[in-house]
Amino acid sequence: MDFTDLATSRRGFLALGAAGAALASVGLPAVAARVATRAKIVIVGAGAAGTAMANRLVERLDGAQITVIDARAEHLYQPGLTLVAAGLKPASYTRSRTTDWLPQGVTLITQSATAIDPVAKTVDTSGGQTIAYDFLIVAPGLVLDHDAIEGFSLDMVGTNGIGALYAGPEYAARTWAAAQAFTENGGVGVFTRPATEMKCAGAPLKHAFLIDDIASRTVGAGKYKIEYAANNASLFGVPIVSEKVRMLFDERNIHANYSHVLKAVDAGRKVATFATPDGDTEMGYDYLHVIPPQRAPDVIRQSGLSWADRWTDQGWVEVDMKTLRHLRYPEVFALGDVAGVPKGKTAASVKWMVPVVEDHLVAALSDSEGTAEYDGYTSCPLITRVGRAMLIEFDYNNNLVPSFPGLIAPLEELWISWLMKEVALKATYNAMLRGKA
Amino acid sequence: MQNLTLQTLIAVFEEIFGRALFWAMVAGAAIVTIAYVYVLVRDRSVSMRKFLLAQISMPFGALAGVVFVQAMTSSHLRDIGGPVDVLVLLGVAFIGAIGVAILVYTAQSLFFRSQSSDDG
Ligand SMILES: Cc1cc2nc3c(=O)[nH]c(=O)nc-3n(C[C@H](O)[C@H](O)[C@H](O)COP(=O)(O)OP(=O)(O)OC[C@H]3O[C@@H](n4cnc5c(N)ncnc54)[C@H](O)[C@@H]3O)c2cc1C
Repeated sequence: MDFTDLATSRRGFLALGAAGAALASVGLPAVAARVATRAKIVIVGAGAAGTAMANRLVERLDGAQITVIDARAEHLYQPGLTLVAAGLKPASYTRSRTTDWLPQGVTLITQSATAIDPVAKTVDTSGGQTIAYDFLIVAPGLVLDHDAIEGFSLDMVGTNGIGALYAGPEYAARTWAAAQAFTENGGVGVFTRPATEMKCAGAPLKHAFLIDDIASRTVGAGKYKIEYAANNASLFGVPIVSEKVRMLFDERNIHANYSHVLKAVDAGRKVATFATPDGDTEMGYDYLHVIPPQRAPDVIRQSGLSWADRWTDQGWVEVDMKTLRHLRYPEVFALGDVAGVPKGKTAASVKWMVPVVEDHLVAALSDSEGTAEYDGYTSCPLITRVGRAMLIEFDYNNNLVPSFPGLIAPLEELWISWLMKEVALKATYNAMLRGKA
Repeated sequence: MQNLTLQTLIAVFEEIFGRALFWAMVAGAAIVTIAYVYVLVRDRSVSMRKFLLAQISMPFGALAGVVFVQAMTSSHLRDIGGPVDVLVLLGVAFIGAIGVAILVYTAQSLFFRSQSSDDG
């Protein structure tokens, strides 16, 4: 994410507070006027995006009926899973309660949305309720399709050298158990990523870099080998970053296998099968990191909200990439991972998307047109070892858009970028959930 | 970077330390600063002996600041990767040094006044 505060010491914050005061004197945000409305607004999903949106709408609207639908009692700080799977944080670091973040004045329905009818403007829930809306914000994140990998099941995680850190806090902790055994005994570590769009595209690289770094200091060089399986011909979606990662891989003796997509796991033989342009190929492993294909939740596709001609196997919502407004149903917006835009499956993107939807929604409620646009901003503190990261920020055009140009070079491995991930990222994320950042 | 305002900064600090601890620390820092100004005004001069002790404490403050930040962030001196990192490290050390010096000076002035009445 994009925040530079480093203060962990008591006095650090004073200095930064002074800096903040200076900044604030440059531009305090204009407090937007509240809009009176009786509109019924439904938000599907109380993850990063839904929660941030709910908090901001409560600040902006007077008298709106805001309903949030999410069956999950637990809120997960997903960027923390990377740290859990490297033994740096406990699973509890990523957990909190959904209700801790939701503002007063919204109605939470602890059920799943099972159907959306964008013509009748209703949402059905797993408890049999039908809720009518004037405006709908779909933010149910995405689903991890573990079943798509033959021979793999989540109960295998943590044993026999299998990890899957995306699957949640408990699985991330179990992933560390398997990865730790690898860092102590050595062998071949195989790191994969899916061929679909995925959240935090840097996460597969982070895990590979972290486990390599830890292994280099435990079992030691020569006793282990890292194989990274890239889904296509590059290591990262932004060409300049891909090149930088390739150079780092060379430096660290991490071997890249291009266009290798994990297809099947034979846990008994410890062999992984990959689909490649030249047919299937097998790779033996002592540690295998599985990240499954990722898709929009079924309810999205079944409701006819997905793109018909893009990502047809994945089902992301058909929205305008600048306004996040549905192209066929103007009272529907998509936010976060589920949005069918070319970039932006990160919490950092959510932070930039939410004010855009807020602007257009509030404008619609006051019979005017919104002006805010999302430019595809996304960011990723690409950890390259314990203690160092590169702060990669980019937009729809693959332009690097550093928040601190000249100060924090995006392609440089820096301690300050690590500090951001360790200290400031969760705090910024939480502030965003509260609608404050 | 979008909306880096004082409001955002405060929100982030509240999250880092917890709202109660953050504001307690702000209050604590304000009290120490007020106490420092108070002893300066009261004594009408800087006591060189107290100042010397405060100065001696500075390297310890600097070291403590650095060690604390590194322990809190699972990092190490070897992770310093560029000029900006050196600046941040120096900044942490500087803040630790100044903070401890003010604290030591003020504590001496407040609690050991009689001993030092003849200096400065
Ligand atoms: C390992 C990992 C590392 C990451 N690292 C970073 C990082 O460093 N920086 C960064 O910015 N981002 C990172 N991310 C990405 C970030 O966490 C996500 O992009 C972000 O959480 C997306 O927010 P969201 O609200 O769209 O989805 P989520 O936060 O996943 O929330 C979706 C919510 O919708 C609910 N839901 C699902 N289906 C339904 C339904 N049918 N009805 C009602 N509710 C439903 C779910 O229960 C959930 O609460 C990482 C993610 C992972 C997994």
